[in-house]
Amino acid sequence: MTEPARRAHLVGVGETRYSKWGKIGDVTEHALACEAIKKAVADAGLSMDDVDGLASFAEDRNEAIFLAAELGLPELRFANMVWMPGGGGTCAAVSNATMAVETGQAEVVVVYRSLCQGQYFRFGQGGPPRVAPPADAPPPTVQQASSMMLASIGFTMPYGLLNAAAAYALPTRRHMHLYGTTTEQLGMIAVTFREHASRNPRAVMGSRPMTLEDHQKAPMIADPHRLFDCCLESDGACAVVVTTAERARDLARRPVEVLSSAQGTPKGYAFGPFSNANVADEIYATGGCEAMAKRLYARAGVGPSDIDVAQIYDHFTGCVLMQLEDYGFCKRGEGGPFVESGALAWQGGSLPTNTHGGSLSEAYIHGLNHVVEAVRSLRGESTSQVEGAEVCLVTAGACVPSSALILGRR
Amino acid sequence: MTRWFPDGMPQPMADSEAVPWWEAAAEHRLVVQRCTECAHTRLPPTPICPECRSEGSEWHEVSGRGEIYSYTVVHRPIALDQQVPFVIAVVALEGAGGVRMISNIVDADPDELSIGLALEVAWEDMSDDLAIPRFRIVR
Repeated sequence: MTEPARRAHLVGVGETRYSKWGKIGDVTEHALACEAIKKAVADAGLSMDDVDGLASFAEDRNEAIFLAAELGLPELRFANMVWMPGGGGTCAAVSNATMAVETGQAEVVVVYRSLCQGQYFRFGQGGPPRVAPPADAPPPTVQQASSMMLASIGFTMPYGLLNAAAAYALPTRRHMHLYGTTTEQLGMIAVTFREHASRNPRAVMGSRPMTLEDHQKAPMIADPHRLFDCCLESDGACAVVVTTAERARDLARRPVEVLSSAQGTPKGYAFGPFSNANVADEIYATGGCEAMAKRLYARAGVGPSDIDVAQIYDHFTGCVLMQLEDYGFCKRGEGGPFVESGALAWQGGSLPTNTHGGSLSEAYIHGLNHVVEAVRSLRGESTSQVEGAEVCLVTAGACVPSSALILGRR
Repeated sequence: MTRWFPDGMPQPMADSEAVPWWEAAAEHRLVVQRCTECAHTRLPPTPICPECRSEGSEWHEVSGRGEIYSYTVVHRPIALDQQVPFVIAVVALEGAGGVRMISNIVDADPDELSIGLALEVAWEDMSDDLAIPRFRIVR
């Protein structure tokens, strides 16, 4: 057991402007990371000289050692990266920061994510090249895979399975087949989060209301995913500061305690249904988080009925629906009727979810903005505040190896 | 020789464990990897059996029949001159110990697709060295 004085707390949050992908070109992606980190540290009432740890998750181009130099950190005592693809590791990065401060490896660890897709490449870029290949191009053949990951997706890419919208459609389609889930039920998720975004000045889609009819009329991307079932693609950065209870006591903001954290990758899962056709039958049409959710709740000493507000990773609407089942808010197969009942709505919902608008309507910052919103919702500062919220669930990308947090306030 | 997809589709990438699978495919043989100790079958190829951890494996040729486990109708092209929509499916292979693979369903109207529908392999020769197993509905 961690001694009470070292229990990890989230004490500061910060974010830059959020915009549509490719719209931030006036500063570099790492400059944006620095801005978010500075804001989060200032929000906590700490000095940059107090920061001795940086944590991030997969595919981060902004290496901690270089950021530490740019930020002038006196000594970087903890730098850590999660072994998970994309947004699955968001909460695990916070968890690693938690472990660092609780074990005394570091005192103040900042978790960060910065994305400027226009400066590099667009995730899931798979559209046709603008220029035709030369007439004397060599005939297609089998290429040498330069990594274990490429050898694995070598069995999916030749079939055109490149884009997340198509990949996550596969478990969602099977869920519809098994349980009768409908596209209108998926649409309810998107419409609900858009409504939440309407009060959030940071939300990229805050001024763009959406009805279920709008959702149903949107162009089909990869059946059953219409445009509005897919998360935004955004530029922006955010950061969260983690420190001990002892340090948290005297800081600027009401600290939020990490009640529990967990990560989980089921047997044989690899990249999950995203690339692995052989995910076990009993978990194929799920978010793959059920076993992890049980550990998460047990460690926090709470259950699904104790969750006052949830920030659920929403890369695609179907993945939200399957996670609601994984985390025990409804039975397996009943996610459709559950969301249809209005359960996720800020007002009148039994489980107000993604009160910032989520990746579907606030911004796609690989879900670290969900951790930021969780902190705000427990401080009483959300633009869709759940009155008296004391316990918040945050999840990371599902249908891939995932992670989650339960946060609370005393 | 029927072609459904353009040359510009992403080319397969294989490490030395997977090369024999593509060599079999070039001969229009659909194979799965089978453990010589416990007979567990698997795909993509891996160095050890995830069930009994044996290094021993052999290539087991399957019938090329199967059924739709899941699918998606994709409306955005991947390659230049590619026809859309196109269908990506998870195919449960017959006689393969429950092994599934990602592939495409060709020559089908998206509206006639449903999970459980019977399929058979349809080889597409992309070049002299490369054949890709796609599937069509058994009619």
